Parts: sequence; structure tokens; C-alpha cells
Amino acid sequence: MLHRYLPMTEEDKQEMLKTIGVASIDELFADIPEQVRFRGELNVKRAKSESELWKELSALADKNANARQYVSFLGAGVYDHYIPAVVDHVLMRSEFYTAYTPYQPEISQGELQAIFEFQTMVCELTGMDVANSSMYDGGTALAEAVLLSAAHTKRRKVLISNAVHPQYREVVRTYANGQRLEVKEIPYNGGVTDLEVLAAEMGDDVACVVIQYPNFFGQIEPLKAIEPLVHEKKSLFVVASNPLALGVLTPPGEFGADIVVGDMQPFGIPMQFGGPHCGYFAVKAPLMRKIPGRLVGQTTDEEGRRGFVLTLQAREQHIRRDKATSNICSNQALNALAASVALSALGKRGVKEMATMNMQKAHYAKSELQKRGLLSPFAGPFFNEFVIRLNQPVDDVNARLRQKGIIGGYNLGFDYPELANHMLVAVTELRTKEEIDRFVNELGDGHA
Amino acid sequence: MHNDQPLIFERSKPGRIAYSLPTLDVPAVDVSELVPADYLRTEEPELPEVSELDLMRHYTALSKRNHGVDSGFYPLGSCTMKYNPKINENVARLAGFAHIHPLQPEETVQGALELMYDLQEHLKEITGMDAVTLQPAAGAHGEWTGLMMIRAYHEANGDFGRTKVIVPDSAHGTNPASATVAGFETVTVRSTADGLVDLEDLKRVVGPDTAALMLTNPNTLGLFEEQIVEMAEIVHEAGGKLYYDGANLNAILGKARPGDMGFDVVHLNLHKTFTGPHGGGGPGSGPVGVKADLIPFLPKPVIAKGENGYYLDDDRPQSIGRVKPFYGNFGINVRAYTYIRSMGPDGLKAVSEYAVLNANYMMRRLADYYDLPYNRHCKHEFVLSGKRQKKLGVRTLDIAKRLLDFGFHPPTIYFPLIVEECMMIEPTETESKETLDAFIDAMIQIAKEAEETPEIVQEAPHTTVVKRLDETTAARKPILRYQKTRN
Repeated sequence: MLHRYLPMTEEDKQEMLKTIGVASIDELFADIPEQVRFRGELNVKRAKSESELWKELSALADKNANARQYVSFLGAGVYDHYIPAVVDHVLMRSEFYTAYTPYQPEISQGELQAIFEFQTMVCELTGMDVANSSMYDGGTALAEAVLLSAAHTKRRKVLISNAVHPQYREVVRTYANGQRLEVKEIPYNGGVTDLEVLAAEMGDDVACVVIQYPNFFGQIEPLKAIEPLVHEKKSLFVVASNPLALGVLTPPGEFGADIVVGDMQPFGIPMQFGGPHCGYFAVKAPLMRKIPGRLVGQTTDEEGRRGFVLTLQAREQHIRRDKATSNICSNQALNALAASVALSALGKRGVKEMATMNMQKAHYAKSELQKRGLLSPFAGPFFNEFVIRLNQPVDDVNARLRQKGIIGGYNLGFDYPELANHMLVAVTELRTKEEIDRFVNELGDGHA
Repeated sequence: MHNDQPLIFERSKPGRIAYSLPTLDVPAVDVSELVPADYLRTEEPELPEVSELDLMRHYTALSKRNHGVDSGFYPLGSCTMKYNPKINENVARLAGFAHIHPLQPEETVQGALELMYDLQEHLKEITGMDAVTLQPAAGAHGEWTGLMMIRAYHEANGDFGRTKVIVPDSAHGTNPASATVAGFETVTVRSTADGLVDLEDLKRVVGPDTAALMLTNPNTLGLFEEQIVEMAEIVHEAGGKLYYDGANLNAILGKARPGDMGFDVVHLNLHKTFTGPHGGGGPGSGPVGVKADLIPFLPKPVIAKGENGYYLDDDRPQSIGRVKPFYGNFGINVRAYTYIRSMGPDGLKAVSEYAVLNANYMMRRLADYYDLPYNRHCKHEFVLSGKRQKKLGVRTLDIAKRLLDFGFHPPTIYFPLIVEECMMIEPTETESKETLDAFIDAMIQIAKEAEETPEIVQEAPHTTVVKRLDETTAARKPILRYQKTRN
């Protein structure tokens, strides 16, 4: 058949069959037993031409309300941020996106160096010693941090704040079930992890304590007060962090975190319905040889030139098989590249400026809502997200907002029954004062 | 040490920027008023300070030091390095796919849910399974998800003694690693001299403690497991489940379906068979298909179709739970869907036909120059052994490095582990005969060099931007990040 992705001509085919010594391609499939041969035609849609398919799929995309048409105040772990134009231009260099894992370093120096730079940026942001080349996303990175902690401490109990992203907690539970670990949730109090309960639950059997910073409610957790409780029992301190927040907040590494994970999505990665995003995984030096996933290291070639290779592979599944530190193979390399480009574009100054602007706009929105009588149950410091109490169901309010071209915040009642009628509002640098005022007016008018 | 290619940090100069943030149009409150002093970052992260042109030149230079499928032939066995269609990239970048939030109300993302639902339907048909989840982010993630479901199935039957997963000695490393993460012990089953699973050994290791047998078919030697029906019977009779590693599905698209062979669980690598690009190592997508009796255990949420459109079903009491935040690597799934819709039923069948034709042609033409451990028709890939060359002092690693000088990415080497000096070659269906011939000619020349001028091969590569790198020192004294020299 003629197809733009299939170059063999009839003449090629005949010549090749002759070389092989068979009369037809079908003979090459003779080793498939007849009883499992599929002789019919697959019941899948007929092929469409490029232009017809483009038209159909564009129409399908148009059925979705996207953040370029709507003004979005929805966050909860995925954010609508500025993506510098350079990011996509680099990603479209097909030497990057059509390459495999850089197992042949001599012809993969570009990818390897980009990942080495990514690892450096993650270390800089988090205040940690070693970062890997990426994980699937923040949630699975957190689950792997829990597995690492259990393996390292040889303990089986995990304490996780329930102010950690609800879906991250669910993923942690699924992974923990695989290893038969016990997961215990620590309630929040006033929007942050309840330290009294945590202190009471701490014991010599605790592998790790998991805290999100800023947490799911946007609140800045008191890492300084938590750290001694964790380390006193020789447990590992695991912190999940929005990396953008670390442009203004003290990095978890400085508070003694042993493992810091999260998602680089705020840097150059579109929301794309929740994936692919880009997990990051950073540890302190003593855990270096226990880190999951690929690591790029610097070395030299035979002539003394600097070069980069995949290293410490003895941890990985293709070498250690059932003894590997993790089963991860494919990661999110291209999105790690996107994050590196975005971080290079923003640079030292831009990351701070963007993080600061998120805080300023979120605080403006919260104070304007307060002026309209919409109050927050939590008074602590926060980053770019906060909780407000409505006097009616969040879904009803959001349906009304949508009529005005606004995608409202997250309905916290889904995950926290005690927070029914509470909305989690995210305000990024992309929201203008005019948009925030409009949102405030819509909510305030409904509230009155 | 000398540096031909500066790091982005080494191009940095204070006072340069490459961003353009929106104007601050709300009151400029000082963050120190918003955050307690202890939580206010004092030392700034050492991130690069470059102009936009500096940035583009840096990454363009890096891209030139990288080999992708668009740069040249990439016959990396078991990785299916086929052409990545460009329309896929355009579709994934449509605002209605790229800029939608996963927690938006269902009525605002009907197009996305429809695409996912229809992709699942297509994958069910292609694999012969009863249901598919798109949640797993990659192949290994799919393996672990499938094994967790198998465990949940056995436990729901009150069967807690099934602690072992059987994998062939030719299996991908992820198989045993995933089994461990899912809480199983791994048992290895031997291959016969013909490169197929040894049925007698399988009968020996299978038993009441067998949770599953994981199998790649065709296997990693590129050979179809002809006794698959018997194997399925052996495992099922013992009460175990049969797991299909979809890494090699490209060989049998439209020709045979794992579901018809007796497999209970299947994972696919959409970044291999279905052209989601490999991205330098990811992101991938690893959907999992199951037979009816495993449906209750699917990760949640499950996409369902109701009277008012598509919705996410979270009410799944027997589900293994969530394996990933949100719904999988949607952006990769969009690309795979676009590909399937570009191929249609006859196109998909032609894919496996040409993939198999190409592999057999290469195998036949190279058989005189390298050892061919399994001399029978292969499927989409085949293995050669560099045993003959090794006797001349030229290792398979040297042959791989010498191929770089010809502009080719080498095959997968030293895998599967059961073949000495192994080279595993997978051409894919998207390569022309001219490309295959050029690669074959290079391989023949290298075989001759091994006999006549082995040092050319041993010292290769000669033309790359770096020569062979010191991996030993890299592992012994790891340098895993750039440190600014602080004066």
C-alpha cells in the first residue's frame, strides 16, 4: 500500500523476498500458530488523510474549554503559567525529541549535557546535593521517595500529612500496598500539619514523614518545627515542593529534608490534561546510590575532553533486575528539557520575580475577596493558592463563573468533607488585575 | 580537561535575561511582609543569566550533538525507533488539548474524554482485550500496574499464596524489577537452544504459588513463541495469569492479538509501536489492557460513557487505587491516537508486515558476516553474535562504536543476556531499502576491518564530538551537578 510513513515499493519488496528466500511476506508469519492468527481486518476506524484528520481533531480539541479562552483560577497541583516562546522552539529540535535514552554517549552529548544541567537546576532550587534525570510526575516521585525511605530505614510505617495533595496520597497508598507498608495520615490543624498529632505518632518504626511545602491548601508548612520531630527518631524527612515557590521560599534542603520531590510542570510544561508533566527527585549525598532512575555524570574522554554519561547504573533495572532500587525505565526527559529551557530563560532573576508575582497577585485576590465578605478558614502564610469559604456549593458557583468565561477554583469538598463549600483558588502571574477583579466581583455578588 | 561545549551556567553573565513576565498590576507588596523571615529564601539559586539568543544558540548547539531518528537510522532492538510523524506534534499542541486542566468539570473537557475513550476502544480491538486503562505513564509503570491488578485478583479470590512471578531469562530488566515493586518474588524460566521458553522448565517452576508468567511475544530475540497456546494452558491450569509485555507489539499488529493468545493482561508502549516520540528517554505512555475478570481491579478513575456524555468513574470499590495523579500521559496518548487514525486497519497491518520483512532481509544479508545464533525467520528484530569478531580482539562494543563513524545509531548490545556478544537489531517499517542496504554495507565493512585492521574498530569512534568516555571514573567519583567556583 502507498502510505507516507511506509517507503517500501513493490520492487523493493520483491527483491527483499528473493534475498530472504520466501515467496510472500505471509510466509514470514508462518510461525504464528493458525489458531491464534488474526485473519480478519481490525475493527478500527479507516485511515484519514492529514488534512481531514487535522480538521476532525481540531474540532475535538475545540470541544474543550481551554485556558487560552477562559480565565482560570484552578490550580491544585497543575498551573497555568507563562511558557517562554523559546521552550517549544527547543523542544521541536527533533534531534532531541526523536532520540532514545542516551545509552551511546558519543552521539548523545546534547541530551546528556541538558540533563546534567537539569540536575544542577533541581539541586539549586531545592537546596539538595543530588537530583536525578526526572520521574513520571510529582505523585509517583513521592511514592518512590516513600519506597526509598522504607528500604533505607528498613521500617514499614509511613506518616503522611493529609494536607498533601489528595491524589499524591492515593498514589502513595497504591505503591505502599505493593510493598505492604503501613500508611498513616496526620490531620491538619489551621491549614497546616498538626504538630501535636505528628509528635504523638512518631516512633522508632517510622520510615519517613511526608510533608508538602507549600501544602495542598497553599499554606507554608512549618518545616523548621517538623524537622527535629522526624530526625529525633532517625526517620527520613520527605518534602514535596512546588519548585516555583522555592524562588522565594527557603529551600527544603536548608531545613534538613532528606528527600525533596515534586513536579516541574510550572516551568515550561503545558497543563495538557494532567500529563505528561515532569517529576523531580533530589536527595542528600548519603542517599545518592539509592536514588531511583537515571543519573547523568560528568567525565572525560580519551583525549581529556569534558563529556557526560549515564552513571551509577548499578542501581537500575536493566543491570540489577529484581534487586533494582526502582523499576523505572522511561522517564520524562523531554519535559526535563522543557523545564531546563524555561529555567534558563527565567534565570536567577526571573524565577524570583515570577514567584514573587504569584504571591503578590494571590494575596491581592485574597484580600479583595475578604473585602467582599469571603473569608478563609486558614490564616497562615501562603504562596499562590488559598482557601475561601462560600455560602453555596462550589460546583454551582463554578457553573455560574463559566458563563462569564471564568474557570473557578477547586472544590475541596471532594476530598475534605469538612471543607464542603470551600474553594481552593490559584492565582498565577498570568492573571491580570482586571481578571482578578472580575472574579472577585462575580464571587462577591453571588455571596451578598 | 578541556571543554568544547560550555554549560549554560558557563555562558551566564549577571545582567542578562531571556524572559518577559507580565506587568505587575497589583500592589507591589514586599514578600518579607507575607512570609516569616525563616521561610524567606536568602541565597538565590544559581540559575543561568543569558539573553534569548544565547539560550537558543546553547540548545541548538546541544541538539547538534545529539542523534535522533530524524538524524539517521536508529536500529535499536526492542525500542522500535520508527519515524515520529509531525502531525502528531501539531495535534498535541492544539490549545484544546495542551492548555486544559485535569480538574476542570467533565462537561468542559468532553473532547479530551472522547479522545481517550476512543483510543481505549482502538487499543482493545488491536490487542483483543476487554478493557484498557490509559493511566500508566510508561511501560514499566504499566507492568507494575498490571501486576498489582493480578495480585488484587488473586487476593479477591482469597488466594494469598501466589507470591511468585515467572519471567524468562531473555526478559526485559523491567519485568523482574516491576515484580519486586509489586511485592512479588521473581522466578526465572529458561530458554531452549532454539531461543524459546523451555516448556519443561516452565512446568517445573509453575505451581500454586504462581501469580503470573510475564512474556514478551515475539520475545527479545525477535522469535515468536510458537507454543504460546500450550504455555497459556500450563499457566492457567496452575491458576496463574498470563502477562503480555507489549514492547514488541510492532511485530504482530493486525496479524495476531495477545488477547487471542490467552494473555490476561497486556501493557503497550505507545512511544514505541504508536509513535509517541521517545523524547530522549521519555515521556512515554504505558496503557494496560485486561480480560473481563480483571476489570474490577483497574486503577481509578475509569472513563465511562453515559447518557450525558463521557465521565470519570471513581466508584470502583475493588480498584487497586490510583497509580498516577490525573489520567495518564494525555499528550502522548493524543499523539498515539493521531497515529492510529492516520494508519487505519490496513496501514497497521502493513506496519508489522514491513517491520518483519525488513528485519528478515537484514538478518539474511548479514548472516555470512556475523554469527546468527537462531537461524530461522525472525519477527520485527533479530540478534547477531559478535563471537567471531571477539576472537579477533574486536568486541561488540567496538563494533557499536565503529557504527557511529558511519552515522548510524548502533543496535542494542549485550542484551538479551543469554546471547554472547549480542547485537539486537530492529529496523522498523519506516526505513527504506536504501537505508537498510547502507547499514548492511557498513556492518560488512566493519566485519572486514575486524579481520584486516582491527585497531580501526577498537579505537572507534573517530568522528564524534567526544571519543570514548571514562565511565569508570564517572561512577567512582560521581560529579552529578555543576558547582560554580566560588571565589
